[in-house]
Amino acid sequence: MYKLDSKALIAIGMNSSAMLTFVGLGLFDEKDISVKGLEAIKNADEVYAEFYTSKLVGSTIDKMEELYGKPVNLLTREDVEINPKWIERGKNKNIVFLTGGDTMVSTTHIDLRLRAIDMNIPTKLIHASSIVSAVCGLSGLQNYRFGKSTTIPYPYLSSRGNKIVSHTPHETICSNLKMGLHTLVFLDIDMEKGYMTINEALKILLEIDLIKDRNQISDSLVLGIARAGSDNPTIKCDYLKSLLDADFGEPLHILVVPANLHFIETESLIKLANAPQSLMDLVND
Amino acid sequence: MGRRKKMVERVKTLMKNPENVRNIGIVAHIDHGKTTLSDNLLAGAGMISNELAGKQLFMDSDEEEQERGITIDSSNVSMVHEYDDNEYLINLIDTPGHVDFGGDVTRAMRAVDGAVVVIDAVEGTMPQTETVLRQALKEHVKPVLFINKVDRLINELQVDSQEMQIRLGKLIDHVNKLIKGMNEEKYKAGWKVDASEGTVAFGSALYNWAISVPMMKKTQISFNDVYEYCKQEDMKTLAEKCPLHEAVNDMVIYFLPSPIDAQEGRVNTIWHGDVSTEIGHAMMKADASAPIAFMVTDISMDPHAGEVATGRLFSGTLSRGMEVSVSGTAQKNRIQQVGVFMGPERIEVENIPAGNIAAVTGLKDAVVGSTVTTMEGMTPFESIRHASEPVVTVAVEAKHMRDLPKLVEVLRQVSKEDPTLKITLDEETGEHLMAGMGELHLEVIAHRIRRDKGVEISTTPPIVVYRETIQGTAGPVEGKSPNRHNRFYIEVEPLDKEIVAAIKEGEISMDMPELERREKLMEKGMSKEEAKGITEIHESNIFIDVTKGIQHLNETMELILEGFEEVMKGGPLSREPCMGVKVRLVDAKLHEDAIHRGPAQVIPASRQAIQAAMLMANDTLMEPYQKLFIQVPQEQMGGATKEIQGRRGIILDMVSEGDMTTISSKVPVAEMFGFAGDIRSATEGRSMWSTEFLGFEPLPASLINEIVSSIRERKGLKKDLPQPSDFISA
Repeated sequence: MYKLDSKALIAIGMNSSAMLTFVGLGLFDEKDISVKGLEAIKNADEVYAEFYTSKLVGSTIDKMEELYGKPVNLLTREDVEINPKWIERGKNKNIVFLTGGDTMVSTTHIDLRLRAIDMNIPTKLIHASSIVSAVCGLSGLQNYRFGKSTTIPYPYLSSRGNKIVSHTPHETICSNLKMGLHTLVFLDIDMEKGYMTINEALKILLEIDLIKDRNQISDSLVLGIARAGSDNPTIKCDYLKSLLDADFGEPLHILVVPANLHFIETESLIKLANAPQSLMDLVND
Repeated sequence: MGRRKKMVERVKTLMKNPENVRNIGIVAHIDHGKTTLSDNLLAGAGMISNELAGKQLFMDSDEEEQERGITIDSSNVSMVHEYDDNEYLINLIDTPGHVDFGGDVTRAMRAVDGAVVVIDAVEGTMPQTETVLRQALKEHVKPVLFINKVDRLINELQVDSQEMQIRLGKLIDHVNKLIKGMNEEKYKAGWKVDASEGTVAFGSALYNWAISVPMMKKTQISFNDVYEYCKQEDMKTLAEKCPLHEAVNDMVIYFLPSPIDAQEGRVNTIWHGDVSTEIGHAMMKADASAPIAFMVTDISMDPHAGEVATGRLFSGTLSRGMEVSVSGTAQKNRIQQVGVFMGPERIEVENIPAGNIAAVTGLKDAVVGSTVTTMEGMTPFESIRHASEPVVTVAVEAKHMRDLPKLVEVLRQVSKEDPTLKITLDEETGEHLMAGMGELHLEVIAHRIRRDKGVEISTTPPIVVYRETIQGTAGPVEGKSPNRHNRFYIEVEPLDKEIVAAIKEGEISMDMPELERREKLMEKGMSKEEAKGITEIHESNIFIDVTKGIQHLNETMELILEGFEEVMKGGPLSREPCMGVKVRLVDAKLHEDAIHRGPAQVIPASRQAIQAAMLMANDTLMEPYQKLFIQVPQEQMGGATKEIQGRRGIILDMVSEGDMTTISSKVPVAEMFGFAGDIRSATEGRSMWSTEFLGFEPLPASLINEIVSSIRERKGLKKDLPQPSDFISA
């Protein structure tokens, strides 16, 4: 299939290496990229990147350009979602598209790949580490015990004067808890309001919990992780109300609401995330 | 001054006894003599000197009003009148008659319980007589009639005594026909006016006399006596024997209800809360010891005290320092001063009990129409509906750049004072747009900005505000979010005319209980499924959700509606406001995670689907029309009809009475600019004219392209007519 396409492309006089490669940059700074990813960039005619779905907080565009030895075109949300004209460049150039974390973990990006396929542009993925797996690594929570993930958006004041607080994250967490599954909770990255902190997220969840008047997660154990992939990540696990004002430091932050713990998970959380020692009593009971 | 002080003391005492209070408005067609009547009532009550009344136009305290000889704002005043050995407090509001200021009449009607309808004996009922009467009945405000300028019948038209009676009788019959036509129920319940009963008075406000059947009995002056006095031009004696204020105020006190009697009926009309609750009960009884229920009907600026909110206190007692909540806002406001108006002067008092018209300061968050209360969670009063809509716009610019911040503040202020004025900022051009009810309305506001607020401004020539509406149906049209993870399926169709009318009349709104609204809509022919699905009403457009059980749609709806509102405020064709559009959401596909269906995704998807659907459904422009009435002598008829026809006008009716002909016509507002000057020269200044807002009618097909293009150009949009594909990808 691929061969046919490539032949066809040569037949109409196009660059045989013309394609769109999605490259994940990993978690924290420019050095988290894979060797393969770096090679792809070095071989590329043009480099594009978006950092509104995630960001390498430990790096800057300058540092990346220095490492890659070529300029990086930063795309806005509009370039990615509404008007991704730049994809067409992949018809006769070798272009790469960089994102934080692993490529395609952010739901938005599959759309770009589908558009490229519709334009007969060959695509390729080069993976990198993702927060999804890093969370398990840093906390000792086990990957197969997670349910649906969810994202907490910043509350929004509509032009009609109504405040919208999405209840979906709360509902997702509750239904996971019921099934004994942990929930990975992504936090909003907003152009104006900035990176949502763990504290902000917990306050929002608590507020919904009170509105729903069911006290479903007010007394839950939660786990906050900041700056995964850096040399000094913060990992703290405690009851929700104890972490409301805890200091997690610089972004990016992410939140997990663990469900029933396996005893190895309990031990890990105590030893890795400074969870209360009393959790052990629950295991021993 | 000592006399005045005494008057204030009497007012304060009487205020506390609602049985002896009457809140009334004086309403009429322009120039039928409202303000002269008010002034002479005041003089009769000893509030101003007899010599000044009628000349000073005391109620017209604005320089502009005195210059133009018309009333622009409603003025409030309180006075004391003695009837049957008892003293009564009459709180009086004089309202403007010019159609451009009709908003004030609507608001004043909310504050009062009774109305003195003034009619010129020679001219008879005029278009605005009908309008104000209709507004009064709608607000459950009981009318009595004062037929003014009766002397003109005798001295100008030279009618004899018998014909005079016939003419007056006909006039009364006509008013009753109007009342019956507007509200048969109230007509039957005794709201018709009846000379023999005493709900009609005749007289001359200018010459300060009036007579009614009860007054005839009291003074032994007969109809023939009146005729003779007029004939002999001795109205001075008549004024001494039958003083105007006595005849009119007696009628007001005897036939118009006290707050206690009135509120029982009015609360149901203007408030949709549960009358069996504490606050409902308190309002029905005008209970002064209950929680506060105060409706703001006017906001004005006092150079010293700042904003003054005037309105009707339906329950409780207002006093200084009281903490109150204002509907629609979260914070509490603290009342600084409470007072009553005596003409242009506001007199501070300790407190004002239920049933009165009060003027208070300190209500920072209040706008005209706000409900002010001390009762947590009180259902607000029904919002005040205005008979006309803003149809003319000018762009306002500060002459000096440095005045720009001041201009922004001033515009905010004038729109707060006058709710019929709409101020918007054009995002594209940075211009401040001021929309009002007519050319004169905007001229007066601009003049005030210059004079009172001291900001040098320039205004563009006025332009007409059109409406967009659809002629056909379209859909389902698919709107995709930019990230393509969400899809909305939209259908549009013209909203049934009867429903549009009911929305405009305020019979159907989002404020009313859902079940009641649903029933009303089904009565008007809407299917149950649709009536149940009404999610929003914006102006005369509605959004209906007919989907079933779509997860997460609930928390996404606000964003969909934001898109809907954006389009209704400015349609796809020319960004003019929409009217009569029914938008149906028939299906939606939503991403599970909230972050992928946020505002940046959902608003454009909803907006674009509606825009495209409207274009597919034959989006077109409607233009505002005015009814135009011209009274003109026979020989100038030709000039007047030419003026009408030259303005795309249509003559509806012509009635001759003696030498005068009244031409009724309808003319597009777009063609009415400069009319005042043109009709003057066309008829050698011998015509009288008035206008009234008629509504919107389709723009002639031959004009659509030209007008749409010129609007688009003015707004900085691309000049070509838009296509559905501009809004959605195939």
